[in-house]
Amino acid sequence: MKVSITVNGREYTHEVEPRMSLAQYLREVLRLTGTHIGCDTSSCGACTVLLDGSAVKSCTVLAVQADGREVTTIEGLARNGTLHPIQQAFKEMHGLQCGFCTPGMIMTAYEILKQHPQPTEEQIRHGLEGNFCRCTGYHNIVRSIQRAAELMASNA
Amino acid sequence: MGKYIGKSVYRVEDDRFVTGKGKYTDDIVLPGMVYVAFVRSPYAHARILSIDTSQARAAEGVVGVFTGEDECGQYGVPCGWQVNFKNGETMREPKQPLLAVGKVRFVGEPVAVVVAESMAQARDAAELVQVDYEELPAVVDPKAAMEPGAPLVHDEFPDNAAFDWCLGNDRAEVEAALANAHHVTELRYRQNRLAPNAIEPRSYIADYNAVEDKWTLYTATQNPHLIRLLLCAFTLGIPEHKVHVVSYDVGGGFGSKIFHYREEALVTWLSKQVGRPVKWTADRSEAFLMDCHGRDHVVHARMGFDAEGKIVAVLADEYCNMGAYLSTFAPAIPTYLHGTLFQGLYTTPLIHVNVIAPFTHTTPVDALRGAGRPEATYLLERLIETGAREMGMDPVEIRKKNFIPPFDGVETPGYQTQVALQYDSGNYEGALNKLLSIVDYEEFRAQQEAARKEGRYLGIGFSTYIEACGIAPSAVVGALGARAGLYEVGHVRVQPTGKVSVYTGSHSHGQGHETTFAQIVADMLGISIDDVEVVHGDTEKVAFGMGTYGSRSLAVGGSAIVKSVEKILEKGARIAAHKLECAVEDLEYSEGKWTVKGTDRSVSFGEVALTAYVPHVYPQGEEPGLDFSSFYDPVNFTYPFGAHAAIVEVDVETGKVQILRYVAVDDVGNVINPMIVDGQVHGGVVHGIGQALLEEVVYDSDGQLLTGSYMDYTMPRADDVPFIETDRTTTPCPHNPLGVKGVGEAGTIASPAAIVNAVVDALWPLGVRDIQMPLTPLRVWQAIQKASNGGSQV
Amino acid sequence: MIPATFEYKRAQTVEEAIQWLGQYGDEAKVLAGGHSLIPSMKLRLSRPAVLIDIGRIEALRGIREEGDVLAIGANTTHAVIASSPLVEAHANVLSQSAGSIGDVQVRNVGTIGGSLAHADPAADYPAAILASEAVIVVQGPQGKREVRAEDFFVGMFTTALEEQEIIVEVRVPKGSNGVYLKFKQPASRFALVGVAAVKRGGGVNVGITGASDTPYRAKAVEQAYPQEGVEAAKYAAEGVEMLEDHFATAEYRAHLARVLTRRALEAL
Repeated sequence: MKVSITVNGREYTHEVEPRMSLAQYLREVLRLTGTHIGCDTSSCGACTVLLDGSAVKSCTVLAVQADGREVTTIEGLARNGTLHPIQQAFKEMHGLQCGFCTPGMIMTAYEILKQHPQPTEEQIRHGLEGNFCRCTGYHNIVRSIQRAAELMASNA
Repeated sequence: MGKYIGKSVYRVEDDRFVTGKGKYTDDIVLPGMVYVAFVRSPYAHARILSIDTSQARAAEGVVGVFTGEDECGQYGVPCGWQVNFKNGETMREPKQPLLAVGKVRFVGEPVAVVVAESMAQARDAAELVQVDYEELPAVVDPKAAMEPGAPLVHDEFPDNAAFDWCLGNDRAEVEAALANAHHVTELRYRQNRLAPNAIEPRSYIADYNAVEDKWTLYTATQNPHLIRLLLCAFTLGIPEHKVHVVSYDVGGGFGSKIFHYREEALVTWLSKQVGRPVKWTADRSEAFLMDCHGRDHVVHARMGFDAEGKIVAVLADEYCNMGAYLSTFAPAIPTYLHGTLFQGLYTTPLIHVNVIAPFTHTTPVDALRGAGRPEATYLLERLIETGAREMGMDPVEIRKKNFIPPFDGVETPGYQTQVALQYDSGNYEGALNKLLSIVDYEEFRAQQEAARKEGRYLGIGFSTYIEACGIAPSAVVGALGARAGLYEVGHVRVQPTGKVSVYTGSHSHGQGHETTFAQIVADMLGISIDDVEVVHGDTEKVAFGMGTYGSRSLAVGGSAIVKSVEKILEKGARIAAHKLECAVEDLEYSEGKWTVKGTDRSVSFGEVALTAYVPHVYPQGEEPGLDFSSFYDPVNFTYPFGAHAAIVEVDVETGKVQILRYVAVDDVGNVINPMIVDGQVHGGVVHGIGQALLEEVVYDSDGQLLTGSYMDYTMPRADDVPFIETDRTTTPCPHNPLGVKGVGEAGTIASPAAIVNAVVDALWPLGVRDIQMPLTPLRVWQAIQKASNGGSQV
Repeated sequence: MIPATFEYKRAQTVEEAIQWLGQYGDEAKVLAGGHSLIPSMKLRLSRPAVLIDIGRIEALRGIREEGDVLAIGANTTHAVIASSPLVEAHANVLSQSAGSIGDVQVRNVGTIGGSLAHADPAADYPAAILASEAVIVVQGPQGKREVRAEDFFVGMFTTALEEQEIIVEVRVPKGSNGVYLKFKQPASRFALVGVAAVKRGGGVNVGITGASDTPYRAKAVEQAYPQEGVEAAKYAAEGVEMLEDHFATAEYRAHLARVLTRRALEAL
């Protein structure tokens, strides 16, 4: 089946099997390997991307469902080599260790901050229910999102 | 020290990770690559009657289908540590074939492998392989495996014990001391089985080059050289120089990526067999079945006290599950990484631990963050706190009574334990006092009482721990059965323009070595950290190293690097002296320059580096170049220690435990990057909270895995835990040049006991004395019900 | 990890989808958000030969006020329901249950129609649907019909949907504000027990999910409430067989049902 998907601002058209997930499409067809696959029960969130601006688990969305729509991956966040404030914040606050969950965390952070530009600690932790991290204990991830909120407020 | 050491320098790794440019093994694509899917046993114990691969072979895109009947069935993965029976009998070591031959012994054991042009085609074809099994009875519990009549896991042995081992003082003496003790606290419990769950699943790509007769193996591992050695010398019999192992970014390990797994060897074998690069990446479901599990001890433990609360003896009898086969380090985990910690922080004079390690029809068990030490700390800390409560003593006071007094290993000698190890340096009361100053213990007890009057149940639990890491002195572990040395290599290469490349056998998979090792080198040389790169994870770039696990990288890997930098400075001084026309003794090195003492005549590191590579005016007899490699074999383990406290509230109606506060005071010796150390503590503590409240691998009596996905295996989430409050004391390690001890596992070692002690503290007035980990709401509720009906243990 | 092969058909209208359902019978499954179906297909527990995607049918999206009812299109996502001012004002027991489904990412894609049709015994909506006495509008080859909430959930993963029928709308009576309390299964975060309580007249409606193989109205509680008030919660599990699994024995589930019901009634 032919699909046309705009990814990070660029439109791509490919012939794909209907059973191909959006995550596989991004990783295998577009070679955008920043989106990671960590589980097979839609639990871990490492595959989170933005679909029409909202965070979704790309392992549970078929590429054909994304046909004609817009996807933003981790590779699409930084503009002209400048890190997005969320990326900058994760770096400043040591919000990552092995880095595998990080792209998904950052994309979910984007969604959390979209819903709550000045989130409480509870809103952040609740917003991260669908993202697992085994390395950080979430402490610095929460701090990173709090810092990102500060950075984004001062940029606004 | 200098500009960098001791500072929270931002990580150089992060730019690639936050932009999605990390290179994990599954990200790699090679031309002509084919994909692998496994056919795995659905039974815990069965005879393989027949395998029909004809339909699979004919399926679309299939390149080959192989079983244990093919050549690969002759090969098996080895065990790297031998622990014999206490009566002298040799450890029982069954063969662990790459694909099952004749029998399967755990659910998930690989039986056949399909190679196809795409992952989807491999999966589709794998479903077409028909295996005929004769199901046999299974045993999953390690204690039950030792009962007479238990199904035998390996027919060549008389029973299911891999070994029966003990350590410590004479058992009869210890039992006598317990019999005469003023009070004995006794606990029977299970140390729950855990699945490691690094978020990156295992992934391997093998690429055989027929022209060079050489393989490149891309692998998600914690130790590339060890893999190469085991794969070549022990599994496939390939000359070691014919395999190039490359490991770029690894998404977490926690022990699970140390081991040499069957899939790794199979993928390597397959690549030559089919003449194409071969890739396999695990599903999470496969990871639950195949990645070595951790813990799974059935424990009977006793601690005897005198009337003042001083411990007089500790005795433990354990059945520690090995799983169906012996994994790479498995025998060492419940023995030399466990029993050797039974001294704890205490002056206990008599200690004996006996471990029977049975095979069962379950996934093999091996090191998992903490590897033997969380189990030891849990045992001691639950016993001492329960004992305190039983005797009406304060849990803090009883510890202080029993602490080993401070010692630094320099002025005051290291502490010789009753269980083989000699601790390097420690100030245990110092850590506990610091903890108490943060926690405000008195205030909490007042709050706790007030809350009880309102029908709310708050509790505080402590965990004062010590652990042995920085593994390890090769001669010591060799004498204890290790089949490898445990040194590390650090190669420091200065380029002509003064830039420095550091090649380390350590292999960061989240620990930030590219930053912390650069901090050390930059400070020692007085150069900018931007002029230092750290290279790891490639057997052609790095001489033989043992990898990253056991909280060893800084203590052992860092020390090797220090040795090489010292050699560089030593040679550099000779070159500088020649340039400055003085004696080496006249020079001092500081801020990146050699200066003639008492003058302002100096020459920079950069100038010396250039001179070393353009040796026109140069000391006679001195070789050009500025490039040194060192191997560092530690003289002892290192012994981080600390004091943690958890404050919880238990909803007694539902059994749900909420962690209100978690405070960690850790002493890891000198600290290179505080931000990274704190991060390790956060992650370690939460991992241990997972064991205490959430995680458990459960098999039913037929050996079926009931917790085979995240739908049933509970991972800690962000809303399960609070911020972790961290602080430190600093007692340097006396026996390595950096004075560091290691921190990667400390949090996981300490936290389960703190959490469980806290819940028991909260529920003690209701009659609850012990609850089996994980303390799920169900278990906590059942414990409360049982206590109110007269029983006290669940 | 990868589903078995299937043919994919995108329906422009509900009628088209129904026609294909007739054509393919039980070889076909309907895809809306796919967040119950696709996980099942990835594990190859479900292997439809044909997937009929109704996710782009605009007519099935949106929340409208129609007199004393809120009409919610079947394709409306949990995120939209959870944050809708209309639902918050008139049927907040539904927005509370929607907001507790899965996680942020799942709520952005999963739909109310898909969730109800899947009828997982531990899903969140059923408690609220039952307590609010909602009506589920389904459409088949013969046209539309309305199914009352209490007739809709028939068994585990089983609803009153006939072979060729698709849910098109959920109609929730206004005045369905109340409380939804959920005790989460720690791993999956589905409802071990979920209780929705809504005041109705002088009494109360209580819907319970997760506790039994089918979600149910706790009639025994409702009947006792006028006399016993909050104490009526003790009948929450009466006459109902509790599910048993790794995380909860039948006894514990019954206990949780009673505790959550009491807390919900206290909060009303």
